[in-house]
Formats: sequence, C-alpha cells, structure tokens
Amino acid sequence: MANKAYQRIYTKLEGITKATVSLRAQGVSNDELAVVGGKLAQVVRIKGDLVTLQIFSGTEGIPTNAEVTFLGEPPTVKVSDQLAGRFFDAYGHPIDGGPEIEGEARPIGGPSVNPYKRRQPSQLIPTGIAGIDLNNTLVSGQKIPFFADPDQPYNQVMADVAMRADVDKIILGGMGLTNDDYLFFRQSFEAAGALDKIICFINTTENPPVERLLVPDMALTAAEYFAVEKDEKVLVLLTDMTLYADALSIVSNRMDQIPSKDSMPGSLYSDLAKIYEKAVQLPSGGSITIIAVTTLNDGDITHAIPDNTGYITEGQLYLKADTDTGKVIIDPFRSLSRLKQLVQGKKTREDHSQVMNASVRLYADAQNAKTKLENGFDLSDYDLRCLDYAKDYARELLAIDVNIGIEQMLDTAWTLFAKYFTPAETGIRQALVDKYWKA
Amino acid sequence: MKTKGTVTGIVSNLVSVRVDGPVSENEICYIDLAGVRMMAEVIKVNGDTASVQVFESTRGLKGGDSVEFEGRMLEATLGPGLLSSVYDGLQNNLATMDSVFLRRGEYTDPLDHEKLWDFTPLVKSGDSVVAADWLGEVKEGWLPHKIMVPFSFSGTYTVKSVKEAGSYNVDTEIAVLTDEKGDDHSVTMVQKWPVKIAIKGYREKPRPDRIMETGVRVIDTLNPIAEGGTGFIPGPFGCGKTVLQHAIAKQGDADVIVMAACGERANEVVEIFTEFPELIDPHTGRHLMERTTIICNTSNMPVAAREASVYTAMTICEYYRAMGLKCLLLADSTSRWAQALREMSNRMEELPGADAFPVDLSAIISNFYARAGMVILNNGQRGAVTFIGTVSPAGGNLKEPVTESTKKAARCFYALEQNRADQKRYPAVGPLESYSKYLDYPEIAEYLDKTVEEGWVEKVLRSKNIIRRGKEAAEQINILGDDGVPMSYHVNFWKSELVDFVILQQDAFDAVDALCPLERQRFMLDLILEICEKDYEFEDFEKCREFFKNLINELRQMNYSVYESEQFFAYNDSVKKMIA
Repeated sequence: MANKAYQRIYTKLEGITKATVSLRAQGVSNDELAVVGGKLAQVVRIKGDLVTLQIFSGTEGIPTNAEVTFLGEPPTVKVSDQLAGRFFDAYGHPIDGGPEIEGEARPIGGPSVNPYKRRQPSQLIPTGIAGIDLNNTLVSGQKIPFFADPDQPYNQVMADVAMRADVDKIILGGMGLTNDDYLFFRQSFEAAGALDKIICFINTTENPPVERLLVPDMALTAAEYFAVEKDEKVLVLLTDMTLYADALSIVSNRMDQIPSKDSMPGSLYSDLAKIYEKAVQLPSGGSITIIAVTTLNDGDITHAIPDNTGYITEGQLYLKADTDTGKVIIDPFRSLSRLKQLVQGKKTREDHSQVMNASVRLYADAQNAKTKLENGFDLSDYDLRCLDYAKDYARELLAIDVNIGIEQMLDTAWTLFAKYFTPAETGIRQALVDKYWKA
Repeated sequence: MKTKGTVTGIVSNLVSVRVDGPVSENEICYIDLAGVRMMAEVIKVNGDTASVQVFESTRGLKGGDSVEFEGRMLEATLGPGLLSSVYDGLQNNLATMDSVFLRRGEYTDPLDHEKLWDFTPLVKSGDSVVAADWLGEVKEGWLPHKIMVPFSFSGTYTVKSVKEAGSYNVDTEIAVLTDEKGDDHSVTMVQKWPVKIAIKGYREKPRPDRIMETGVRVIDTLNPIAEGGTGFIPGPFGCGKTVLQHAIAKQGDADVIVMAACGERANEVVEIFTEFPELIDPHTGRHLMERTTIICNTSNMPVAAREASVYTAMTICEYYRAMGLKCLLLADSTSRWAQALREMSNRMEELPGADAFPVDLSAIISNFYARAGMVILNNGQRGAVTFIGTVSPAGGNLKEPVTESTKKAARCFYALEQNRADQKRYPAVGPLESYSKYLDYPEIAEYLDKTVEEGWVEKVLRSKNIIRRGKEAAEQINILGDDGVPMSYHVNFWKSELVDFVILQQDAFDAVDALCPLERQRFMLDLILEICEKDYEFEDFEKCREFFKNLINELRQMNYSVYESEQFFAYNDSVKKMIA
C-alpha cells in the first residue's frame, strides 16, 4: 500500500456484463479489491493481462472509460469491541447513523481452523422449543439451517431462538432481507434489551444482489474476532442463504462458467461449506454457532441449494403447518440435529434419546393411520389412540410456541405415553420404563 | 536442473504457468507468493503453458509470480508412525502445526524423525530380495510393522548388510542392497511412493474368500462385505451415512483402519479423534486410535487436496497390506472428490459430461476401487485392503453420475433410504435394494458354512424373502384395507416387520446393541427364522398385530441385553413361550 500514490489508473474497459467488467492491467493480485467508476469491485479472474472484476453493486451506468484503480488488498472488515450493538451494510459501513468503527482491518474469508485444533461441541443450547430441544437438540459450535417455505415464520422463530440462547454475541448476516424483516429483527433485539450483544450486517432487497456475497464473510470474520480473541460464545444468524446462492449463480453465469444442477455453479458445495464450516468449538472455550435459513421452493429439498446445504450442515430444521392443531410445528420426521447425541442423555436426563425416538415413532404410526383414514379404511383401536396422541404431541411438544425446560418436555412425553399406550407399544428399554412410566 | 515458470493466469485455484523446460503430468510444483511456497499439481499441459491446481487459496497471487517444478509426483511418505496420526490430504501432520488456523504454505513432516523404534532384522547378508520383501520389523503399537525393500526398486537385489536388532529412528540406514549391476542402495525405514500409482509387489490377487465382520447386522448377516472387498453407501443427507461408517470403523475386523474424510464436516473428524482414543477395539482390546490413521480434507479445506486425500489414504492402506495386514479404508465421501474434479474440469473449460462432471469420471472411480483387494504376498502371506466409500447423491437421486459409476465398480451396495430414516429405522439400509455380490461367491458361501453355520447363505436368502413377501403384503393391505385381505397377508407383513425391527434395525448409540458379533447374529437369525417359519392363526388382524408387537418388543429387549446373559436367556425363554 506504500506506493498507493503512484497507483496506476486504468480507463479502458474491454468488456462489461451485468455483474463483471474486464480490462487489461498489470501486477494485479487474485481476490484484490478495485474501484471501478466509484463502485467497489473484486478480482475474480486473471488471464495474461486481462483481468475480470466482479462489481458488487452491479455494472449499471459504468462506461467503458470508467476509472479503475486497484486497492492491493482483499475485502476487509474492521474488528474491535466497538462492533457490539451496531448495524452495518455489506461493506461494513454503519447504517445506524453511528460513527465508523475504529479497529484492525481483517481480510474477510480467511483461513480455516485446523481440524485438529477443534474441540468436540458439547454445550447444550436450550431454546425452550421442544421440537428443537427434545427432538433436535442444538449444541454450541453447530451449524444448522431452517428449511422453510417463504411464507413460514422462519425469521420470527430464529429471532426467538437467538434471544433465548445463552450466548455472548449474536451476529446477524441479513441477505436480501425485506426492509420489513430487517426492522422486525431490529425491533425484537431492541425490545429484548439485547442490543449490546447484537451486531448486524445487512443487505436488504433494496441493495444490489451481488453485494450479498460479502455478508456471510463479514459476519463470520467479526464472529471469529470475538470467539478466538475474546473467547466468547458467538451465535451467527444467516438469512437467507438461498438468496446468497442465487447471487453466486449470477456471478458464475456472467463469467461463462458451465452451470451444474439447477443452474448453480459447480463449486456451490465448496462455496457454502467455506461459510458453514466457520462454525467451531475452540479449545479456549470460544465458539461460533451458525443458525441459517434456506428458503425452499414449495418444499423442494432436492434443489441444489438445500441439497448441498444439507450435506454440509449438521442437520436441518423444518417448519411445517400442522393441520390438526392449526399450529406451526417443527417437523419431527425431516428435522435432524446431528450433534444431538453429544448432549442427549449426557447433559440431559438419561431417558432423553429413547423418549425422543419412541415419541416420533408413535407419531409416524399416527401418520400411517391418517393415510388409512384418508383412503377410507376402518381404523383399529391402536390407530385411533395414535391419532389422539398425535394431536396432543403436536400441541404440547412440537408447536413452536412451546417454551418449557427439557425435563418438563420429557415428563410431558411420558404422560402422553401413559395416556395412550402400553409400555410395550412404546418399545422403550425396560429399565427406563420401570423408572419413568407414569402409572 | 529444475524447470521454472511464471504465473500467467488465475481462476480461483486453477493457475496457468508458462514454463521454461520439461514438465510432466501430475508433477508437483511450488508457487512462490511473497516468500510463501504453495504446493500445486500439474493437471494439463498445452504448449509451454501448464495448468496447475493449487492446494491452497490463491488470494494475493499475481501474474508473473515464480514457480519451481519438482520433477516428481505427489508422494506419500511411508514408514513407522503412520498409525494414530491425523493428516491433511497432502499428508501434512495436523497435530504438529502450531496455530489454530491453517496457514498457507505450512507443510509438516508426516513422520516423527526423533522417535526410536525397536528393530528386528528378518533377512541376513547374502539373501536375495525384490521390491516389497520384508527386511526387518519394528513394533508399531502392537502391530508388526515391516520394513520393506522400497516398492520403487526393480529387479533382484542382494542384501549386502542389515542392521542388527536395536532401537533406531526412521532415518537410520537399516540395510544396504546391491543391485544386479553391483551398485549399492541404502534403505532406511522410510520410503516414498506416488499416491496415484497402485503399490504392486505381491504375487497374486485372488478372489476374496472370507468376510470382514463389522458387527452391523444388516451388513454381516444380509449383505456381507468380503475381506479385500469393495462396497459403497449412497444416501441422501440425514440418512445416517456417517453414523454407519463410524460404526464400521469402530467395529470392523481389521488391523489397520484409514479414514479419509474427504470434503466432509470438520466436526465429524473431531468426533473420531476425540472418541477413538477412548474407545476399545473389540477384536484386540487395544485403543481404537492405535490402529487408525485419519486423512482429513474437510469441506472448507482447499478443494484440490480433496482428490489427493483419497489417494493418500489408499496408498497408506496398500503399504500396510504389503506387510500382510488386513486394512480397511473408509472414504467419506467420494462424491466430494468427484465434485472437486468437476470444479477443476469446469475451470479448465473442458467439455462436460453428465451433470457437468468430467467425462472420465467413471474410469477414475473404477480405477480407484480396483486398488482394493485381497492379495497373496511374495512370501505367501495374505494382506487385504477392504474399501467402503460413501456417496452423497445430489437430491438423494441415485440416478446421478457418481452413484451410477460407483455401482459399476463396487461389489456391495448399501442403499440408505429416506423413508426408513424418516421412520427412524436405523441403520436405514434398504433391505431389498441393497446387495452383496459376495453372497454369490462359492468360496464365501463355503467360508460361511464353516465359520457361521452350515447352509448360512440359504438362511440369509430366506430372511430376505420374508422381507420381500412382507412388502408385497403391505402393498396389498394399503390398497385393499385391513379387512380386505386374508389373515395370511397380515401375518406375512408382521413377519417382515419382525425381521426389520430385530435384525435390520440396530441402535448404534446403545452400548450393547451397537456391536453384534457374528455368533450373536447367527443366534438371532436362527431364532427369527424359527419364529417366521411357524404358522399362526389369529381371530382378527388386531390380535395379529398385538401378538407380533409384543414379540418384537421382547426381541428388542433381547438385543439390548448382554449376549448369553441371564437377562438375554430370560427374554429368549419368554419368546419361545409366546410362539409355543
């Protein structure tokens, strides 16, 4: 940066697409930032002296004689304790009217943690929602998305989870948030009096889509600062990762890359993994937990975005409207927390995993009974009991408006078992039945 | 003199280099980025331009940066001390790196050069040896680790001298060999081998003739994998691929286990090296980590090293196989490796095959699977590499290039099914779609007759038939209703549920049920067949359901009880009474 004053200014663009420009330039380094006609851009390809730049805010209005200067460094975010309580745009500039942050400028999207230096996640994150705590227990250092249709209240549930979680910092990375949702988050954080532990990097639908590509890395670089240097427990919320992936496909398309499934770039898996794998439990006690949202198109999880996400994250949580009770529930079949066995029965009561499995299995039997009913067949006594059980189970345990402790969830499940079934029908290990069965 | 070059183009981790001399395909080079040397591999040469894939992030790299070619391919370092290690895809020792974050250009030695090993010679001066012959051995934990004539030596050599028994580090010259021309060659405990080339040096590779026990019923009983066999586990996410693979790694009857975590979650690797040092190998009573090597290139680590990771893992297995040991290689997941190939192919602007994968994907996969196998060494001893890979099919659809290519190469197929996983019927291996071609091998059948019981394969097929009949019955019941079908349909359906709940399903998190030795599997299958081959009469289907539900419950309790314990036999008696 010492020779910045002598930095050459280029004024001849050779090509312009909706997301990229290209020009001839020397001494350019991969990933470095540039300013093109006043807009921030980043080097994405070098071929001989032909350099391709991705323009974050889009190329609208950029003339072929636009001034181009290279900044000699990749995108950075300034990190310090001053971040707490602040709202920023995708570039890390304040949008809350407050002053710029003073602190060390860190390159975003930095290196990965050495897997050998990681620790096994083992701290329970209770949320009070039984569909999560009982069936899909969350653990600090985990990465897990909500898979939800656009009409479902995923942002509300995520805000609830964030406010109840016992963490030191909550960092929200908003990508393509509607202004209304942005204000919703802001108000919920204010109402909870939690502003001092909140940091937000926001790209709304009013901002250019390619800018979104910066948001997760901004949020996670800030998270790494607090987790690594301050040994804090950091919760990162990323919503909506589908819109992030859409922005990736725009850029790769403009660079003439061959698309793979669903017109997504072939590197989608690696691109998403780089973000989600920032979730970590550090030996020093600090941790980064990521809860994300991936919106689905009409529940289709075979689409490349949710599909690749599912292979990367440690489980997924599905929201579903339950027709029996009229409530939004956490779907017990498709939802999964892969790390749950690290805390179930270890940080929670010994009967946790068996109760969870039995209650879901019986709920599955109820679904079979329902299919029989819909097909016009007579129901057996067992079927009828299952159906009644399913209603209670959905209302008292699966609904997202439940807010109780884990022991209470387990007791509720035992009460339901005793109300509708015999011990043999639950298939639970005899020793546990002897101890917990509510006669 | 080394060939030099300069960087002329950069797209992500694909870098074009103009070279001033000869380069070869797959040659390793180092790119100098302001003093940091980043390793890369040649993947294409066109005129004086080599395309190289960089095993690091290329951030900050510039056109004109200098490159130095090494004149060798990517090599694995082989010697005592590989076991219990945690390596990245390029075999850097992750445990000896200092910082929390991985630093570019930080390469660490795979082996400890200080540690002393107790060496015993196995040859004497004047002996005649060829590549892969055993010169001596050291104790690596409990394993006799052979020091071999380097695999790269061709022709016959005469042992000029061999070190006497004693404690030496790996760099000590333990033998001097004289070749046919009379030149002397020094041999230490360490040798290097290019990972993309299979290690030969054995007499023959016969058909596998025995099974490798995993303690997982749905594998051992229904779809056994041979020692030296190949298998693969495709399944959508959330179906329990990783849990199943870890179960195999914990319980598999092998001397050496190499786990290649290829483009998967870092926390899964953490789980292995947190739990394995605590867990006990059920076959030897030693700590599991003592027989395990982990190669990890997690999904956030550089993409190009993903491909290297599976080859490095295979090379280590072949190395131990040459010592006459049983090795098991688990790769999770080969789809990520295929995707890494796709990313590079895409950046090189090659014409794509199906789903944008490179057209030679199928050949690459089958070549890799072919490196597994049971071998008879030159000295007549057996060694084996059993390989099980997982596949992560996009969208859970098995009609995609990686699954289809793998299906052609692997002999066992363990299809994980979404609907079984949804019903928490774990392991979610579909009983009818999955197969083991080894059940058709007469030598395997003969082996099972001898080691399990006479007529075992036929019994296995009978149990599969019960499941098939049950599935047909279930379909009829769904169409015609509970009352619309004869009672025998209900009985058939519940018999298949019995096999499902008692044999197929297994609780990987239960201390007792997780590991089911073959002898116990025999006991249970015999019991289940005894139950299923009886005729039952019921007044109505409710009674039928109740009878089998109770039976299933007793049998599940039996699975949870210690084998041949008082409790176990109590449940057994109770089951016998119920069916009397």
